Amino acid sequence: MSTMSDAGPKPLAVARGATARPGMNTQRAMKAMQTGRGGDSGWGGNDGEPLGGLPMPMAKVGLLVFMGVVTVLFSIIVSTYVARMGFADWDPLPEPRLLWLNTAVLTLSSLGMQWAWVAADRGQRGGVQIGLLAGGICASAFLAGQLWAWQQLSALGYFVARNPANSFFYLITAVHGLHLLGGLVAWGRTTGKLWRGVDVSLSVQLCAWYWHFLLVVWLVLFALMLST
Amino acid sequence: MADAPYQENIHLHDPQSYWTKYVFSQDHKVIAIQYTITAISVGLVALVLSGLMRLQLGFPGILDFIDPGSYYQYVTMHGMIMIVYLLTALLLGGFGNYLIPLMVGARDMVFPFVNMLSYWVYLISVLVLMASFFVPGGPTGAGWTLYPPQAILPGTPGAEGGGIVLMLVSLVIFIIAFTMGGLNYVTTVLQARTWGMTMMRMPLTVWGIFTATIMALLAFPALFVGCVMLLLDRVVGSSFFMPAVSSMGQQLDHDGGSPVLFQHLFWFFGHPEVYIVALPAFGIISDLISTHARKNIFGYRVMVWAIVAIAVISFIVWAHHMYYSGMNLYLGFFFAITTLIIAIPTAIKVYNWVLTLWRGNIHLTVPMLFCLAFILTFVVGGLTGLFLGNVSVDVPLGDTYFVVAHFHMVMGVAPILAIFGGIYHWFPKASGRMLNDTLGKVHFWVTFLGTYMIYFPMHYLGFVGVPRRYYNFENYEFIPPSAQELQAFTTVVALIVGVFQLLFIFNLVWSLFKGKRADSNPWRATTLEWQTPDTPPVHGNWGPKLPVVYRWAYDYSVPGADQDFLPQTLAPVVATASNEQARAEGDKA
Repeated sequence: MSTMSDAGPKPLAVARGATARPGMNTQRAMKAMQTGRGGDSGWGGNDGEPLGGLPMPMAKVGLLVFMGVVTVLFSIIVSTYVARMGFADWDPLPEPRLLWLNTAVLTLSSLGMQWAWVAADRGQRGGVQIGLLAGGICASAFLAGQLWAWQQLSALGYFVARNPANSFFYLITAVHGLHLLGGLVAWGRTTGKLWRGVDVSLSVQLCAWYWHFLLVVWLVLFALMLST
Repeated sequence: MADAPYQENIHLHDPQSYWTKYVFSQDHKVIAIQYTITAISVGLVALVLSGLMRLQLGFPGILDFIDPGSYYQYVTMHGMIMIVYLLTALLLGGFGNYLIPLMVGARDMVFPFVNMLSYWVYLISVLVLMASFFVPGGPTGAGWTLYPPQAILPGTPGAEGGGIVLMLVSLVIFIIAFTMGGLNYVTTVLQARTWGMTMMRMPLTVWGIFTATIMALLAFPALFVGCVMLLLDRVVGSSFFMPAVSSMGQQLDHDGGSPVLFQHLFWFFGHPEVYIVALPAFGIISDLISTHARKNIFGYRVMVWAIVAIAVISFIVWAHHMYYSGMNLYLGFFFAITTLIIAIPTAIKVYNWVLTLWRGNIHLTVPMLFCLAFILTFVVGGLTGLFLGNVSVDVPLGDTYFVVAHFHMVMGVAPILAIFGGIYHWFPKASGRMLNDTLGKVHFWVTFLGTYMIYFPMHYLGFVGVPRRYYNFENYEFIPPSAQELQAFTTVVALIVGVFQLLFIFNLVWSLFKGKRADSNPWRATTLEWQTPDTPPVHGNWGPKLPVVYRWAYDYSVPGADQDFLPQTLAPVVATASNEQARAEGDKA
């Protein structure tokens, strides 16, 4: 593996000619090598930044990709909802007023997460604790409120299978709730880390992103259901 | 970067015991092999099912236990297992897991724990699917497309028992498993490439798998939504897809659902799925052809953009599966046009493979034989796809054996040939031993000629109007007797081909223990996975230092170079004869 070990900043003499190929002449790669970054690629430490990725942590990229997938999922649900709305027998159910309260609680939850993120940026541990707790509690309250809304509806006789509008309502709220539940798992891990004294600034930021994302998704879904 | 370098995390999960090393391993290579073994095992079940179907078609009534119901169950399970649980899992979970980190120069996938979880959840989905063979009423016989309303109405096999429920639950679990894996593949390619490994230096295998993964992440949610809604229709009696319908003389409670909506959801997933399977195969074929013809791939950039173009266009062709579901004529026209357009980037890929072979130094190794067979099979299957893309041709041919021939050649046999080629190619790296060449060649010729003999005649069956999905073709006046003779011939060949797959399995197992030892780079290939310090690569892949990449993946037979391949890790100064001076200095340094 000698070719790997002497991978220092050598002059790249053969940019053209016999080995020049489409695809290999990439200025970024050359620049990276000329600045000598290629030399020390050990297991940790100085080895941190693989070439060419987006300039952000792995976990953040992973979360972005995941939010992309979830966006597709909800877009498809919305598309089917809109397609079904067009039918003559569409019989929307009355949205319980509780949903407005739930929406407010979810917004508060998102604000709590934002608070935690800002506090983490400023290095205020107390602020992170308050923000995370407020966010988590409000999110749990939102989920409880959604279940309560389900109960109100079924008490009024709006069961899942009564007509497609009902089915859609239950499906949409359930899928959204499950995604928030998944977020609460990440929130629980973050909170645990915070109490053990591990650095959580990245986790808090990712939680905040995800909470804002789910808030936006909920606002879109809620608006869609209100508009029908 | 703000967080710890990702390589540091590797220390945290170094395997401690047998269980964490070989079973609950977070090493992408172990996970890849687990995926591969599981997918091949479940694929063998589907192979047996196809043998049973062929027996019934070739020699009607030869086996007592095959009645129309069980025949439909075999059709359904064969199709679903082959497409989702074998091809998708093997190409993305198997090849993707093994090759992505090695080919881009990473130590592992970026989220190893999620990656491990992905395999185990996939295994659960397989077990749930297999469980449906053992529930009352057996597995679902709704056809792999699972169209409502028939999929969940009494009379369809598996609709009243748990068969359809288990199928839908299994698919939902599979999609969750795939999403966990897919997040890893995409993020690893984006973020964990080593020094010098720019996107446009990645081997086409990585491009194919990367693009297919993005497609799958976008397409599977549609199937997810469809499955969940159908499940609700079946279990709680909602009416997402179920119209007002009476079954067996009784009015059911369903009202107002739209069966065509399911078809849109299904095919919005289903058509990209064809390319989710095909793109990794394209990538593997590109790399294998270049390596075994000792010649750089023709038109690398065009190949990459063709992959991307196919991925984009494949999302707007889905309704060509629904021409006879009652579609607006202009909509049909639109989908016919997009279907024909997608042939252009696909044809570019085929031309470029052939041009890579042109005046190459072709080594007829087993992987190369499978590549050539792939091209021959894929071209035939692709051309019949152009026929069927036209509404006026699809309407008469769409429900005949012509379609069976088309999709088996283009997305059944062709990807499987690429998988075989890939396994013969990468087995030495994964195991440290070569597969037996003679057994490989026998396996190749029987598989290639055999599948041609099975599927090529089916085009003629389609032309004379033999309908697909029929359990029995006796006593239909419009079917000539000679069609039955052809069916019998096909069955004999299919059974032979099926049995010879056991030879492949035997070769895998035998060579693992008794095969000739392979050195670290038996095919003299350029890509990074062949430059690992250990064969098979150990946990962490690269020893103390990550490789550094200086060139694209296809420097074969470079004029003036000392050897006929230049590994991606070779620095440019030592690459050419015109730099003898520089090289001498480099050696001293």
